[in-house]
Amino acid sequence: MEVLTILIPVSLFLGALGLVLFFWTMRHRQYEDPEGDSRRILTSDWDDHPKP
Amino acid sequence: MSLAAEPETRASLSACPACVAAPSAERIAQMAAPREARLMLSIPAAHCAACISTVEQGLEKLPGVRSARVNLTLRRVLVEADPQVTAASLIPHLDRLGYEAHELDAGVLSVTDTDRQGRELLMRIGVAGFSMMNIMLLSVAVWSGATDSTRDLFHWISGMIALPTVAFAGQPFFKSAWRGLRAGRLGMDFPISLALVLASGISVYETWMSGHHAYFDAAVMLTFFLLIGRYLDHRTRAIARSAAQELAALEVPRAIRLLAGAEETVNVAELRVGDLVLVRPGGRIPVDGVVTEGTSELDRSLLTGEVLPVFAGPDRVVSAGEVNLTGPLTVRVTAAGKDSSLSRMAELVAIAESAKTRYTGLADRAARAYSPLVHLLSFSAFGYWMWATGGDVRFAINISAATLIITCPCALGLAVPAVVTAASGQLFRRGLLIKSGTALERLAEVDTVVFDKTGTLTMGTPEPTNLGDHPRSVLDVAAALAGASGHPLAQSLAMACRAGGVSPADVTDLAEVPGYGIEGWHNGRRVRLGRAEWVGAQSLDVTATYLALPDGTVAAFTFADALREGAVEVVAAVKAQGLAVKLISGDAPGAVRDLAERLGIADWTAGALPEDKAGEVARLTASGRRVLMVGDGLNDTAALAAAHASVSPATALDAARVASDIVMLGRNIAPVADALRIARKSTRRIRENFWISAAYNVVAVPIALVGLATPLWAALAMSLSSITVALNALRLK
Repeated sequence: MEVLTILIPVSLFLGALGLVLFFWTMRHRQYEDPEGDSRRILTSDWDDHPKP
Repeated sequence: MSLAAEPETRASLSACPACVAAPSAERIAQMAAPREARLMLSIPAAHCAACISTVEQGLEKLPGVRSARVNLTLRRVLVEADPQVTAASLIPHLDRLGYEAHELDAGVLSVTDTDRQGRELLMRIGVAGFSMMNIMLLSVAVWSGATDSTRDLFHWISGMIALPTVAFAGQPFFKSAWRGLRAGRLGMDFPISLALVLASGISVYETWMSGHHAYFDAAVMLTFFLLIGRYLDHRTRAIARSAAQELAALEVPRAIRLLAGAEETVNVAELRVGDLVLVRPGGRIPVDGVVTEGTSELDRSLLTGEVLPVFAGPDRVVSAGEVNLTGPLTVRVTAAGKDSSLSRMAELVAIAESAKTRYTGLADRAARAYSPLVHLLSFSAFGYWMWATGGDVRFAINISAATLIITCPCALGLAVPAVVTAASGQLFRRGLLIKSGTALERLAEVDTVVFDKTGTLTMGTPEPTNLGDHPRSVLDVAAALAGASGHPLAQSLAMACRAGGVSPADVTDLAEVPGYGIEGWHNGRRVRLGRAEWVGAQSLDVTATYLALPDGTVAAFTFADALREGAVEVVAAVKAQGLAVKLISGDAPGAVRDLAERLGIADWTAGALPEDKAGEVARLTASGRRVLMVGDGLNDTAALAAAHASVSPATALDAARVASDIVMLGRNIAPVADALRIARKSTRRIRENFWISAAYNVVAVPIALVGLATPLWAALAMSLSSITVALNALRLK
């Protein structure tokens, strides 16, 4: 059962990492236009170089 | 990605919410710099990836436009441009690209940019979700047989994650339960809060005593599912509110007052009887009054439903809401403020609105039955087990907490929002915006549909009907004259000529004579386009404008009100659904009869005053009918408010839009029939969802009451019922 002393902190750390990433996506407003974002991926605009 | 985040990263430099509220150095710097215009337009027709590129690239090509970004979820485009660019200048461009656009109030920007409540809810969902996953890992270990110190350790770790999570993520429920309690109401949030607090408290105690069962996972899961329901609810409402109520005002409550020859702009509320008001061409008359100076024509269609503009000269009585078409008018105020016809209409609306808010939705009715029942069950379980075990408080509280948790309001909390979200998404894709939470349920009960004519079943804009009867040379002259006039008939004629490839003749010295028409010189001789008596023609009994040619001949161009797209389909579809259809208009009997015959409406009324319309709706309601009113004008406003449910187009007057439950963004009226069908379906789904969650409770509650419920049972019942309910909502097509 010694392995728990490693596994539990690891799982907690991974959970916290996920939460932090979620906060990051939210702060960058990635949930404002779910429908548009899912369509934008299909267009070829700005495929060769990023939008200035 | 990085392109999308570009403007946002600037805004989020100050990371904490408090700093965002305080004016940062960069914002002050921005204020000093010349301000750029941020315009928001609604584009209801956008629906695919190609639409995004067409609109964005089309707008970015225009001079002065810095960037355009389409939000397809909200069907909007946000344009950042130089200060001189206005929404009015962008709308024709979008029209040419094939996208109908409406301006949204700039004030909305601040509302949608900081949808704080929504983001807060999302944040809480995230916290609850991630805690739930971690606790579940530990719980599964306990369920599969961890014992003694291992189990206690897992319970302690779960508790350390769960307690802060419930305290943070459960706040919306605690707050609303507390508000309800202070107001003496026992809503749905009270049993939820009680379940959360009891489950957490009892679990801490059990863990302390190294007991077998801890409900930390149940408490967090409950929070998670309920927050999802709350978020869906919030999102539906936020989208509808920001778009429907903030469509830029068509009428500005301001007037130009003439004081000793000088013009000053004042609020309409400040006008007094006897004041002189100047109304420019294209402006709306702000008050009731009498014309003292100037001649023009008035568009009364929003007030009365008449398509034909009427002549206005000195001593003519005008009412608030009419639109001045061709020449400036000076009006002496005869009634202002409370006495004016506009404000009498507003009063009628207010009375009818207050009647409507008394409607209780299915969710509220369910909550009203649910809360007392749950409390009674849980409390009697506590009492019974206290008696049966001879005063074992720990066991009795355990049972009553398990009952509270397992009755699982999560399915109930999701039952309505999940369906409403699915339904309003469906309607939104068809260009309909729901403004009121109970609109779908009321729409589902409708058995009679009352249509207005002008602006609703018709476009309210005249279209020439006999262009083909005239020789090309006549059309050339007519096109040249009409193109220079601001009159709606002339503009429509000019547009039709352009569309037909007519090249305007060379007409010089064009001059508009307000109230009569337009004249100019062609090949050295005078030509006129305008009213029959002015050009010297015999007046026809249909809407027409007349062209006098140098050789003394007169050409008459006749017009008819164009049918709105989808008008035929909507009437047929509504009749096919077995609903009664009625047409009420303020227009002349001839025009109304023609339209009724074309659309196959047997029951029609013409020449109705605003009071008649509202009265007719009230009469139908009194005879036990549930009326859906579809209208756009000021004369429909009272009827819209009085009806059981109401729809108005986005082009309607604000008063009409405010009074209606659903705003139609597109030009096509056919989706109204779909709305009725979807509303009936979604109400059926909501009821089904209630039955599903009731069925789960019928199985799970007895198990909890006899003391056999384990945390595993609670978790299963809760997640299964929530998922079934959500899936059932998604079946809505």
